[in-house]
Amino acid sequence: MTDQATQTAQSKHLKKRYRAEKRFKFFGLAAICSAAGILLVLLGGLTQMSIPAFTHHYVTLDIAIPETIIQAEQVTDLAAMRKVNWRGMVRQSLRNEFPEVTDRRGKRAIGNLLSGGAGDALRDKVLIDPTIIGSTVAVALPLSDDVDLLLKDLIDRSLPEENRVISDRELTFIDHLEAADRIDRRIAWFLFTSGDSREAEMAGLRSAAVGTLLTMLVTLLFSFPLGVMAAIYLEEIAPKNRLTDLIEVNINNLAAVPSIVFGLLGLAVFINFFHLPRSAPLVGGMVLALMTLPTIIIATRAALAAVPPSIREAALGVGASPIQVIFHHVLPLAMPGILTGTIIGLAQAAGETAPLLMIGMMAFIVDTPMWIDDKATVLPAQIYMWANNPERAFQAKTAAGIICLMVFLLLMNALAIYLRKKYEKRW
Amino acid sequence: MKRDGDMMLSTPKIKSSGIIVEYDGKRALHGIDLDIYPNEVTALIGPSGCGKSTFLRCINRMNDVIDNCKVSGRLMIDDTDVYDPEIDVVELRARVGMVFQKPNPFPKSIYDNVAYGPRIHGLTENKDDMDRIVKKSLKRAGLWDEVSERLDDKALGLSGGQQQRLCIARAIAVNPDILLMDEPCSALDPIATSIIEELINELRERFTIVIVTHSMQQAARVSQKTGYFHLGNIIEYGETNDIFTRPQNEQTEAYISGRIG
Repeated sequence: MTDQATQTAQSKHLKKRYRAEKRFKFFGLAAICSAAGILLVLLGGLTQMSIPAFTHHYVTLDIAIPETIIQAEQVTDLAAMRKVNWRGMVRQSLRNEFPEVTDRRGKRAIGNLLSGGAGDALRDKVLIDPTIIGSTVAVALPLSDDVDLLLKDLIDRSLPEENRVISDRELTFIDHLEAADRIDRRIAWFLFTSGDSREAEMAGLRSAAVGTLLTMLVTLLFSFPLGVMAAIYLEEIAPKNRLTDLIEVNINNLAAVPSIVFGLLGLAVFINFFHLPRSAPLVGGMVLALMTLPTIIIATRAALAAVPPSIREAALGVGASPIQVIFHHVLPLAMPGILTGTIIGLAQAAGETAPLLMIGMMAFIVDTPMWIDDKATVLPAQIYMWANNPERAFQAKTAAGIICLMVFLLLMNALAIYLRKKYEKRW
Repeated sequence: MKRDGDMMLSTPKIKSSGIIVEYDGKRALHGIDLDIYPNEVTALIGPSGCGKSTFLRCINRMNDVIDNCKVSGRLMIDDTDVYDPEIDVVELRARVGMVFQKPNPFPKSIYDNVAYGPRIHGLTENKDDMDRIVKKSLKRAGLWDEVSERLDDKALGLSGGQQQRLCIARAIAVNPDILLMDEPCSALDPIATSIIEELINELRERFTIVIVTHSMQQAARVSQKTGYFHLGNIIEYGETNDIFTRPQNEQTEAYISGRIG
């Protein structure tokens, strides 16, 4: 071949290479853009769906609380408080707004405008300030979920009456209250301050959120020390032989075991054999810890292996024992990587539902769990249960629950990044 | 400069007899007999893979941490058998300091780098004593004037040559008798190298120094005795002057004159 021919062949080859590089860059960019787009659509859709759940409509009524019902000093007495018919009181006060309605059905319809939890709102007000007993106070009472949806324009007024959950007569009551400026829209704090409820408008995330926190606490306490210690032993101390090879292969396989299997194991071992409490964060956390262990072990081993050998040699050279080398030098340098792995594992566990199904954490829990042996549920389970409810108001609730779960995970990751930075600064 | 005859008169600090090293059953050293004398610099030279670093690492048992590495033979430091199973390796390494090829300070402050050794060996509990040890070690390593104002700065912020001197300070802070240096200047520029060479010359008064080097000029400049290694054997060992001016062995001569290497 002549020089000229070689040159043209070379420049052709070069052009081809540039084209291939450009193509590759374009594909990479396209992949990132489409991923970002999908995420945006998902988040946007969820946020839009969840917005109605963050506010609720309340009707403000003047309610007389006679001393004949309850004395101020009885407020702390649970039994006495329970005897009071708060629900009847709020319903009666609403009926008083419509003196012209006298028939039974009409009266009942008026009462049903209020949420089933409206009586509790009055009770809570008395609990907070017992001095109001004996006087008449203005109380904001939550309306029922259907009324709320109507006021949020999520129920179409123009539908024929038989296809609407709210009758024409109820519409006139609502319009009357609105005209009297008795109804206002408020932030639905109960979404965060109350537990689950059959009433869509009263259901909140508190018990599930606390359940998740407790479960994660148990998971962290079990999986972090166990995982890190196992990784240190395998990576730094254990001799390299067939047995350790076998263990390594099994740990890697464990990371790929379907999560429901861990749930079955938890049911068989922790609950049926050790008789630990069912539906409790203790068992849930332990099951999730088993699931998280491989992630932590693999991440920790990678982080330990990434510490430069020169540091080990330096420490050995001045006479540090192998354990001192690990704890004084290798582990601190590997800590950021270990923390990242742990957080990834925990975030994975926080979003897990299947194993908890087996140990009874997919449950209707109203009370907030106080400790790790109380009955509890977790956020993803709560979301699943809400999604299964037929009431329309639960749709927005479900979306709001998902948003809260994501914020929860985001906060966890933020904490991880903060801790990492702090650890890295020490060096 | 000592004459040939003196070599036999003083007692060796390190006495190696028939040291054999095997990696995975493959021999890296075929029985090394070598006497290293106190307060001298002994240079080990030879082509890559000749076993000089392996031999150096036998002296403070750094080969222990390598899997499948087997050392046999007898290596005495003074009256201690280094490979006696009873011996405490940690104590041994406190007596035999080591400086590595690439500067490897801990990612800590300058002060903590030097203080780490004394701290883990419990040389002192007292802050003032520790300050004194750190100051003395840094002075001996010729680094004190450059870093005295910034002892709490990160060691990794120092230049390569300063880092290597810091590593020397770290090694001598635990007060060893012997200093092993594994190509200590191979990652440094000529100026930093000449500073370290001067330092080695000064340290000779207090320590027995064994240095592995690829640079024959360096061996000629800093050492009193030189050993030439080839393919896991020690070919020739003697006064540096003799080795470089009138080598007895053909192979040595070929290496020194640059014909093989």
